[in-house]
Amino acid sequence: MAEKPASRWWIAPAAAGVAFLAGLPLLLSAYTVSLLISVLAYASLATSWAFFSGTTRYISLATAAFVGIGTYTVALLSDHLPLAVVLAIAHMIGFVIALGVGLSTLRLSGIYFVIFTFGLTELIKQLVIWFEINQTKTLARYIFVNASGTLIYELLLATATIVIAGVWWLSRSRVGYALRVIGEDEMVARHSGIDTTRVKVLVFAATSAVMSMVGAVLSLRYTYVDPNIAFNSLVSFQVLIMALLGGIGRPWGPALGAVPLVLLSELLSGTFPHHFGIALGICFVVIVFFLPGGVMGLVDRWSAWLPRSALRRRKES
Amino acid sequence: MILFEVVLSGVLVGGMYGLIALGLNLQYGIARMMNLAYGEALMGGAYTAFWFFMLWRIDPLASMLFSVPVAFCGNWLIYRYLLSPLIRRAANQEILEADTILVTFGLLFVFQGLALVQWGGEYRGYTYLAVPIDLLGATVALNRLMAFVAAVVLALALYWLLRSTRLGGALRAIAIDPVAAQLVAVDVPRLSALAFAAGGAIMAAAGTLVSMFLSFNASIGIVYTLKALIVVIMGGVGRMLGCLMAGLLLGLAEALGAYLVDPGLTLAINFALFLLVLLVRPQGLFSRG
Amino acid sequence: MTAGPLLAIQGLSKSFGGLQAVRDFDLDVPERSIVGLIGPNGSGKTTVLNLVTGEIAADGGSVRLDGREILGRPAFRVCRARIARTFQLVRVLPGMTTRENVLIGRLFGSAPATPEHARKEIDALLDRVGLSDLADQTGAQLTYIDQKRVELARALATQPRLLLLDEWLAGLNPRELQIGIELIRRIRDEGMTIVMIEHVMEAIRALCDHVVVMSAGGLIAAGAPDSVLNDPEVARVYLGDDDA
Repeated sequence: MAEKPASRWWIAPAAAGVAFLAGLPLLLSAYTVSLLISVLAYASLATSWAFFSGTTRYISLATAAFVGIGTYTVALLSDHLPLAVVLAIAHMIGFVIALGVGLSTLRLSGIYFVIFTFGLTELIKQLVIWFEINQTKTLARYIFVNASGTLIYELLLATATIVIAGVWWLSRSRVGYALRVIGEDEMVARHSGIDTTRVKVLVFAATSAVMSMVGAVLSLRYTYVDPNIAFNSLVSFQVLIMALLGGIGRPWGPALGAVPLVLLSELLSGTFPHHFGIALGICFVVIVFFLPGGVMGLVDRWSAWLPRSALRRRKES
Repeated sequence: MILFEVVLSGVLVGGMYGLIALGLNLQYGIARMMNLAYGEALMGGAYTAFWFFMLWRIDPLASMLFSVPVAFCGNWLIYRYLLSPLIRRAANQEILEADTILVTFGLLFVFQGLALVQWGGEYRGYTYLAVPIDLLGATVALNRLMAFVAAVVLALALYWLLRSTRLGGALRAIAIDPVAAQLVAVDVPRLSALAFAAGGAIMAAAGTLVSMFLSFNASIGIVYTLKALIVVIMGGVGRMLGCLMAGLLLGLAEALGAYLVDPGLTLAINFALFLLVLLVRPQGLFSRG
Repeated sequence: MTAGPLLAIQGLSKSFGGLQAVRDFDLDVPERSIVGLIGPNGSGKTTVLNLVTGEIAADGGSVRLDGREILGRPAFRVCRARIARTFQLVRVLPGMTTRENVLIGRLFGSAPATPEHARKEIDALLDRVGLSDLADQTGAQLTYIDQKRVELARALATQPRLLLLDEWLAGLNPRELQIGIELIRRIRDEGMTIVMIEHVMEAIRALCDHVVVMSAGGLIAAGAPDSVLNDPEVARVYLGDDDA
């Protein structure tokens, strides 16, 4: 992001790539499409997460909370309202709740913010359980929406495209700079004229709203949800590790990080669900000790060793 | 009279919270490491007590002779080989904090995953000293009372150690200012490792005590890490007596909340307290200034 | 523009717990002047700066910029009201390049611009403070003096009318000091009003039109640099606690 106003040579290929991806369900099996659905969903989540938490260094573990809010919105409303309206409402509820959370907690620093956001998922889960037991006397809900895998796939492809393009665009705008300055030194940010509270709260709310949206679309896959499925705090950690694995600070990094982890999860969670947790834990340790800049950071370092590589030449031209 | 029983049960649980907060304070207040895998030692202690009791009918209190030294060594190794390299390479405090959070979350997943693989996810518990006791007109289970007494004895012993011994003085000096402590010839790295290991050992002991009257599963660790952290923040980082008081307060708040509002909202009460303290009095409820 | 001073501080007070850090402090800063704020360590100079810039909340008093009250505004609004500052301990953003460090002042200061528009201006500004060659290095790679230059350039990029320098000349070698003094003089000559906290007497003599001395949170002397620096009370305060 530090380079000169970048050439936009890649916009046409990227558009062609998205068009190609949009056509993929015609060629692929239902199983592959469902795998791609996970990739797209996590790519959107990791990109949104990294845009706020990665740049400002306010590490949020509330991802699962907002995904769950989206899921539950669909579970509660899909019988009564058309799908598009339900999705819009999920988006709005995520935004409003994140606004409240942001206003009350974004003054907490470091570890306290991490812990609070982690607890938020549990808190909302407990409140939903309490509400369901006391008010509706049932813990499970059924989702009867007639959504095909292809529809879910296309919705998530659109979401991922908008999120990645939006993050790319915003990261070179004043908002992107403001977030980076906040991440580097919040005091300097304040004294350089940045309304830090406003930027933090609004971006937190906007990215959280995307998470709720993704949760809402993903819920169309399920026929049955309960609070433990909807508010699964593992999701927060997976998203975090995807972003770090891919490398934050680059619009593409977090999305790329989603691919190997979704595959790993697919490979392990069916047969050895507990081993996935262990693998995730080892990932955390490995990233901290061996991959501090993520895989994309590694690519940067390699390209420095290969003076004639395409990457280098493009930077110089 | 019911209210008295509620208060009593709150106090009994609160003593346990005070103990686990003391242990976290050793790790976070003295060794200055936020260990998010802290609660895994409790989970380990609880499983040890459970299996020793189920397989060999060994008294849970005796099982501590095994679990406590193991947790001590394990935590020492973690500090020595995983965390102190991070201290050496970190450019500033924020980077160190982020790295520690990630590594200890990683450990949390590894330990929890291993426990799940080994023992599955179901809740476990055993019947030990489940005898009703009459205490000032209220009825309490003997195991609860026993766990409370053991927790308080441990906590007071630790408090005495920190207050009245040379070693304790050195540890408190590190808690106040590690750089200054180094200048007066306190071996900060070695004692920090010791404090970190001792914190883990205390958590294993607490795990044994918890398992005597509550059921638990492989995912229980993080719940107690959170509670310990809430209590430490309420009591003040580095403040031992404040933590004991705050532990009792949290126990009481939970018991009263469960009784007056709804038992399903215990966690909500935890977080409400947490947020309230952070926003209103971030230096802790029981600290000066 | 009014005839009064650009910055008028009246009765500014702040205490931390039992410690009265600043008490009943008055200061007028005329437009296009350089006012030196001196005093031993701990006398409340930086606290005054922090109060004026909205970093901490005052207990009482008033701070007017060009007649408008600014006390109680959050820091970012004070910046947008065209007051910029540097920090006692240099705060350069280590992960951003020199150009980006300066750019952010322009992006969010009193006349916000988009990154594309600001670029040319920033290059001119970098040239002015002697940083052109280092534009693409990150803050972490810069030497101490260059970090100080970056901070100054960032402050200037916010397009202030009033510049607050907190020991900006401290820690420079004699040659760097001369360059620094020249730079500040040139900035003033271009129309800036400056308040500088400083311990380097040479710089105070060379630059300041007016000097005020603080001790234990209060103002103990004020006047032209020569008369103030020769005041026996000022010498006593300085030599008593600090021999800067």
